[in-house]
Amino acid sequence: MDVRPEFLALVLGCALVTALPRVLPLVLLAKVQLPPWLADWLRYVPIAVLSALLTMELSSGGIPGVAGVTVALAVAAATRSLLGCVAAGVAVYWLLG
Amino acid sequence: MILGYLGIGFAAGVVERAAGLSYAEVLLLSTVLYAGSAQFVVTSMLTLATPAPAIVFTVFLLNLRHLLLAAALAPALRGVPAWKNALLGLQLTDETFVVASGKSRLSAAWMAGLNISAWAAWAVANLAGAALPGNTRVLAFALPCMFAGLLVFQVRHLGRSRLALPVVCVAGLAALAIHPIGATALAATCGLLLQRWMYAPNSSR
Repeated sequence: MDVRPEFLALVLGCALVTALPRVLPLVLLAKVQLPPWLADWLRYVPIAVLSALLTMELSSGGIPGVAGVTVALAVAAATRSLLGCVAAGVAVYWLLG
Repeated sequence: MILGYLGIGFAAGVVERAAGLSYAEVLLLSTVLYAGSAQFVVTSMLTLATPAPAIVFTVFLLNLRHLLLAAALAPALRGVPAWKNALLGLQLTDETFVVASGKSRLSAAWMAGLNISAWAAWAVANLAGAALPGNTRVLAFALPCMFAGLLVFQVRHLGRSRLALPVVCVAGLAALAIHPIGATALAATCGLLLQRWMYAPNSSR
């Protein structure tokens, strides 16, 4: 039940940079308007981060990893169930690996 | 939607525990950071031995999108004092935004009730996931699967599939060659430029 000090520092750092964009617009009551290009750019950031980290994870997963993620993508696209997609992907990885 | 929310929390707990975090650390992450996709990103980057400043910066980029959500909620909370708005904003998530954004006027008490219920449910779901027994190596594979699922949902949410595919490909390929932060910035910029090029009115640009 330990918390490593460097982990605590990491979580606090992440929490701080998460709090700023959550709080600032509400405190300033939207007096500042985001420039449209920035708003559009921000909309692409989540899919870009997820794609980048997905390939980083996959580059160490081998054939079972690629197969599992392919199944997970297919299930997510077909069913809209996140839990189903995770369960199917892990099951394929477990069977092959 | 509530089931989906708890499911994400459960999966977060599973992969955090599989990545070697203690129960106390899972609780800390889910209550203090309290951001679904960012928790997955932190877990992944920790297992990839990423230096802490790079993790914090990636989380910053990822959660900058809350600017859009908070700015959209601000008009409905106009009558509420700024310090109360600050507290309410701290617990803003994609899910609570969806619940709250249907209303034209929000009271601070109602919003606080929504926030605190979602926050407590999130912590419980995370801890329940962390308690799931099983082979750590297999359970850890829930993380890339979660990325895959979240990616599909984010692409659908974006609603511009013609632009999403190039962004996904650029980010994925660039991540093999350069730092994921650089890959993210590059891919988002490509998406923005493509969008401007494809949807630009012919007369003005």
